[in-house]
Amino acid sequence: MAPLLTMQGIDKRFAGIPALRAAELVVERGEVHALIGQNGAGKSTMIKILTGYYRKDAGEILFDGKPVAFSSPQEAQRAGISTIYQEINLVPYRSVTENICLGREKRRFGLLDWPAMHAEARALLARFNIDIDVHRPLMVYPTAVQQMVAIARAIGFEAKLVIMDEPTSSLDEREVGVLFDVIRQLKAAGVSVIFVSHKLDELYAVCDRVTIMRDGRTVQVAPMTQLSRLDLVTSMLGRELTQVLQEPHDAHPSEGDGRKPVLKVEHLAAGRKVRDVSFEVHSGEIVGLAGLLGAGRTESVRTVFGADKPECGTINFAGHENAIAAPSDAIQAGMGFCSEDRKLDGIIPDMSVRENLTLALMPHLARRGIVDESRSREIVDRFIKRLGIRCSGPEQRIRELSGGNQQKVLLARWLCMNPKLLILDEPTRGIDVGAKAEILSLIRELAGQGLGVLMISSELEEVVEAASRIFVLRDGHTAAELRGDAVNEQSVMAAMAHGDESAREIAHG
Amino acid sequence: MNTTSLKIFQGIGRYGVLLALLALIVFGWLRYENFLGAFNVLSVLRYNSMFALVALGMCFVIITGGIDLSVGSTAALGSVVAALLSPYGVLPGLLGGLAAGLAVGACNAFIITRLNILPFITTLATMLAASGCALLLAENQSVSVSYESGFTELGQGDFLGFPVPAWIALVAYLLGSLILNLTSFGRTVLAIGGNEDAARLMGLPANRVKALVYLASGGLAGLAGVILAAQFGAGQPIEGVGWELFAIAAVVVGGTLLTGGVGSVGSTLAGVLLLGLIFNILNFENGLGWISLSAYWQSVIRGAFLLLVVAIQARLSMRTEEAA
Amino acid sequence: MAETATTLPPAQRAPRLDLKTLLTRHGAWVALALLILVNLAITPNFATWQTLNVNLTQVCAIVIVGVGMTLVIATGGIDLSVGALMAIAGALAPLIFHGKLFPLPHPAVGIALAFIVPVLVTGALGWFNGWLVTRLRIQPIIATLVLFIAGRGIAQVFTNGNLQVFNLPSFQFIGLGRVFGIPFQAILMIILVAAAAWMLRRTVFGRQILAIGGNERAARLAGIPVASVKQRVYLISGLLSGIAGLIVIARNSAADANLVGLGMELDAIAAVAVGGTLLTGGRATVLGTLVGALIIQLVRYTLLANGVPDAAALVAKAAIIVLAVWLQRQSYR
Repeated sequence: MAPLLTMQGIDKRFAGIPALRAAELVVERGEVHALIGQNGAGKSTMIKILTGYYRKDAGEILFDGKPVAFSSPQEAQRAGISTIYQEINLVPYRSVTENICLGREKRRFGLLDWPAMHAEARALLARFNIDIDVHRPLMVYPTAVQQMVAIARAIGFEAKLVIMDEPTSSLDEREVGVLFDVIRQLKAAGVSVIFVSHKLDELYAVCDRVTIMRDGRTVQVAPMTQLSRLDLVTSMLGRELTQVLQEPHDAHPSEGDGRKPVLKVEHLAAGRKVRDVSFEVHSGEIVGLAGLLGAGRTESVRTVFGADKPECGTINFAGHENAIAAPSDAIQAGMGFCSEDRKLDGIIPDMSVRENLTLALMPHLARRGIVDESRSREIVDRFIKRLGIRCSGPEQRIRELSGGNQQKVLLARWLCMNPKLLILDEPTRGIDVGAKAEILSLIRELAGQGLGVLMISSELEEVVEAASRIFVLRDGHTAAELRGDAVNEQSVMAAMAHGDESAREIAHG
Repeated sequence: MNTTSLKIFQGIGRYGVLLALLALIVFGWLRYENFLGAFNVLSVLRYNSMFALVALGMCFVIITGGIDLSVGSTAALGSVVAALLSPYGVLPGLLGGLAAGLAVGACNAFIITRLNILPFITTLATMLAASGCALLLAENQSVSVSYESGFTELGQGDFLGFPVPAWIALVAYLLGSLILNLTSFGRTVLAIGGNEDAARLMGLPANRVKALVYLASGGLAGLAGVILAAQFGAGQPIEGVGWELFAIAAVVVGGTLLTGGVGSVGSTLAGVLLLGLIFNILNFENGLGWISLSAYWQSVIRGAFLLLVVAIQARLSMRTEEAA
Repeated sequence: MAETATTLPPAQRAPRLDLKTLLTRHGAWVALALLILVNLAITPNFATWQTLNVNLTQVCAIVIVGVGMTLVIATGGIDLSVGALMAIAGALAPLIFHGKLFPLPHPAVGIALAFIVPVLVTGALGWFNGWLVTRLRIQPIIATLVLFIAGRGIAQVFTNGNLQVFNLPSFQFIGLGRVFGIPFQAILMIILVAAAAWMLRRTVFGRQILAIGGNERAARLAGIPVASVKQRVYLISGLLSGIAGLIVIARNSAADANLVGLGMELDAIAAVAVGGTLLTGGRATVLGTLVGALIIQLVRYTLLANGVPDAAALVAKAAIIVLAVWLQRQSYR
């Protein structure tokens, strides 16, 4: 039988820059097809072209034997393609039922049949073992539940093809298991699934075949079982980048200078997510903050930085106790904070690299409120060189830079302030592997020069590799402090998993 | 966000305005003779039905997260067209005014959804354009309506002892409530306001629904213009200044979030009546002769009232944020 | 845009001076130049001092208010109360120099106070707008709607809705005076525009305004005192509205609380939009606002001078606004 989906010779340019070059994707009926590649390889563009969000410049798409060119996600949905996007794309104020049923409402006498819709929503969620009040607004539920609602919505459309773009990023292990069961059910029912993920384990667990993309091209298509992990990584990255990754480096950096810590947090509580958190960072060391999603990592560091208000506990920074009431205080005292969401909390997209880089430094660059442009230029040039920021010049708009280079600018924003402590929340998220390695080695170098670094990362491998000490948070409590030989993936996972049942109860309450 | 506080927040948004309206009515009833007399009640309803129609359209627009500044001058244009067509009968006048409103609405819809220009600036422009058209058609003066054709009944007449404009507004509100709560169109309106990108990715026809909402807002403003012409016996090209902001205030007082995604048709009506009654009570108060507040106080009081409502809303939403 | 304060085009990109780039990047300037050329060709007596002065005086109040509006919009906000604040300033000044509010020791004191007090009052009201926006976190459009509705009422209550006529050359210098033949109000306008443009480009405060409009959350995390910057921006808008109110009453030799500044919020926003400032914030040009106001005024002047009724000019104005914003969007993609 002919494949369900054939995309051939797809070209797409954004503002003249090619995003896809003769890309291909073929999905058989009833298969789970992995689509992988680095950030910027063209996976999302490919999917958005298929679902009619973007228009292709060239190429053809055959779906279910017919050539198609959807002009909107709505049309694609009608033809039998359901999509679950990476960011949860639902309407927070509306009820769970509405979020599941919008777009294919049940009607009676031409008007909406609410009881029937509530029943359907409940039935769909039951497939995921989720029993919640479907009348309540979606936003009252935890992220994992919202993600499940998004998946339930997509599956409820009786699609022929379900596209899942990193669906597991906010799910815990057990929920991922439930999702995989559902994927297997779908497959048994003859539905095809396109599965996008960066987690190799997941691909081997559930996918039949894989399409690997790089630089907008399809570089390899093969059954999952025929490729080893190294094969996957190599063809994703191309050769040179793999070498960068495998470069040897010191096993563990030093554990600080042994004197008083630059930051000491004791029994911190703030909001619902931070209950009793304690940790400390010395100058010259990299401390990891690990924990499952929702364990309170980001919330803890935001509180330390003064972006959120603490309820109780002490924060001692550079010898001063609880002296930080706002980010500006933290910055004055010598703290820098690269937030998790670069786009939302980091860059000012329309401003130049120079203006973004000197944003925090600006008051110090000014005399009587007037910015000293030449000094600003000098500093920016220095940091562009020092961090290897690839841009057409300091006046280029930061939005035009790649994720990795944006992140470097944000790092430079703090480094030019000569901070005592740098807090990095997911510093390598959404950054391609090459830039990732560069940023990690830069962080190590900085710590070597005496900077204290507090790093949050969901990629255990990364934290374990970089940090000399790791504090593990669970449910808003500090669950463990690991140092020395204990800094390894197994012990971190063990510490995160302990008493995990209670966390699940919250997610499914 | 914490559920209970969210419920309280929405509860106050929804019922707070009704309670305030009730309190104001009881106050008026206790304080003034004839406050609840048929004459006063009916004339308040008659006069405010125009604003009610405009606010209804605004309510839908605001729920989608947009805004329509053109309603005031659209109403003026509608009144002029209706007045010009009134000699030909009730129906031509009515349909003419409505069509003029729909035309402005269609312009808004096109510019906002096709040219992707912000609703605020789009409707600011069409506000000027509609006003210009009204002045051109009316040759810079008010256009008297024909009293022979029965057109004035639309503004001044009664049906079953109830003013005709109030009937029109009532029917419009019932339909509006039905559409918002019991049709997929209505739910899509709410979804767009909650998160337009998500609604689009969910496959909802966001652009079509937005276009229809602006079209409806224009049409309702045109209808309000017809009533304006019929009630005052003239098409008034310079009337309608500030109606849009009055309508926005009514919608906001009614607890609809200006960020979109949450809103209620019924509370909007309560908001209109509340703001309308302030003027009415001011008149009664002056009638008592104890104090003499000039008519100018009404806008001061309305502004203070709006401030009170948004300040309460702001406090509540801040508290819910903190609870989260 | 030559004066856009946030970004210059990437240095290494080859300059493409085709028609589209020209129109989208410098649309406002091109339009202004074309308008002047067309007028030179068709409008009689266009190239005279008289015409220049007429058009300059027509835009002065709009531009002065527009400068404040540009700053407010650059932070991602909006100020609907400017017209109402003008009315308040306009109502207060005659009450003060006529000595109706408090007894005056000397007429000169009255005139000095008539300049200072109204502007301080509108500044305070602007500060109040900022307070609503930053402390109560009310959306700017609603927060300033409060004074839009109440403000004119306050002015009317002050004056009981009466027209206040006066003839006081020393006070009216702000609206009628000339320096070397140039209207004083135009000089004042140029000074304010230049100061604001310089501030937006060169000072920390200006950068902070643009950073907040570009991404408020990121600005906060970079240590920018968001609340205080916004507060000051609304304060400035209030002060400038007050000055514009004084100019308008001085020009008219009369203060009418019902009319001073009526519709000014929309004129100012239109000038800002046509001038090329991004209405969502983060990209602003004060000089553009001046150009925008001149374009709108010149179109009206051209139509009137050539016998087209004023009402039709409104339709033209609407078309210009939509066209300008549409072109701006094209360049933005």
